[in-house]
Amino acid sequence: MSAKKITMRVTRYRPEQEDAPTEQAYELEFPDDWVVLDALNYIKDDVDGTLTFRWSCRMGICGSCGMMVNGEPKLTCAAFLRDYYPAEIRVEPLQYFPIIRDLVIDMTDFLHKLKAITPWIVRDEEKPLAEGEYLQTPAQLADYKQFSMCINCMLCYSACPVYGHEPEFIGPAAIALAHRYNLDSRDEGQEARQQVIASSEGIWDCTLVGECTEVCPKRVDPAMAIQRTKVATTTEWAKSMLMPWGKQ
Amino acid sequence: MKQPEPEYTYPTYHRPIPATWWLRDRKYFLFMMRELSSFFIAVFLLIYLYGLSLLSKGQAAYGQFQETLRSGGFTLFFVVAFIFAVYHSWTWWSIMGKVQVVRLGDHKVPERVITAVALAGWVVASAVVLFVFTR
Ligand code: SF4
Ligand code: FES
Repeated sequence: MSAKKITMRVTRYRPEQEDAPTEQAYELEFPDDWVVLDALNYIKDDVDGTLTFRWSCRMGICGSCGMMVNGEPKLTCAAFLRDYYPAEIRVEPLQYFPIIRDLVIDMTDFLHKLKAITPWIVRDEEKPLAEGEYLQTPAQLADYKQFSMCINCMLCYSACPVYGHEPEFIGPAAIALAHRYNLDSRDEGQEARQQVIASSEGIWDCTLVGECTEVCPKRVDPAMAIQRTKVATTTEWAKSMLMPWGKQ
Repeated sequence: MKQPEPEYTYPTYHRPIPATWWLRDRKYFLFMMRELSSFFIAVFLLIYLYGLSLLSKGQAAYGQFQETLRSGGFTLFFVVAFIFAVYHSWTWWSIMGKVQVVRLGDHKVPERVITAVALAGWVVASAVVLFVFTR
């Protein structure tokens, strides 16, 4: 079977030599099973070693290969060239994030946001190790499992115009992760998380565009997590107003 | 123990967001239309409240206002506002299954069932209102 030819237009940004990003076109032949990441690696290995991008697992696990492919946030290790052929493919760094170099974005802001929601199990008092694990039933696991599948690929941030226009917004993945821990039967850290989640930069910034859920490669459904957190927060608030004695 | 966080400095490029970002994709366009629908619904409510306030000014004043509302411009506005209101309500009710978890004992009611019930409730409630006001 003869290989097909496709043109890739890739964003280049080399801060030491240019003030703003430019675009570079590469024409290449590709076998049927190549994904966008394979093509980028081919360019780097055989055509232009200066092209810079992030990747690691090549199997949708590490979350590091997210880029804009023809304007849509995608894991490039899961975006097959054949699905775009014969059209050209435009590969850009994830939208709404600052660019460090070529296709590499600065994720510092995202990492701060992740940390801000205390993404681990919090206990009021840790029980001694000798007492064993904190047990959980399969049903309790099912309550939060979907929200624990996030691979921190940031595609959802790139799909979120609210994040684009208000970079303070904590954003889809961080809120989904907060929801994941809040739903975990072993966790007692909801109140601390609530300070961040229910703040003006939290859930109420979300206007339910819904695209975070559409682009998520792991079916985490951050939009659902945010809306459910809105309902839970409002219910808690209403309860505390109507029954102030109910809460210590 | 808390680790100090290293701060690295390096130049980054911030891409400007074009004002037309919502025109590039149908999904974002529909989202903006949903946002815009609030404007029409708000104007409709203001007109409605104004009409109510006229009730206290007597039958003649209210009758004249009703006459004004029958003009072509207002009719067009009401048609557009109605379409937007239906669209906004549709988007609202159709995510109900995602928003609300309903449990029957140990069983979680499927999202689709919740959404279907919400949409059906919306249609029935609208029909009842329509029936009461046009009787
Ligand atoms: S929620 Fe989905 S899209 Fe967002 S970072 Fe996690 S895996 Fe990626
Ligand atoms: S390379 Fe790891 S998710 Fe794509």
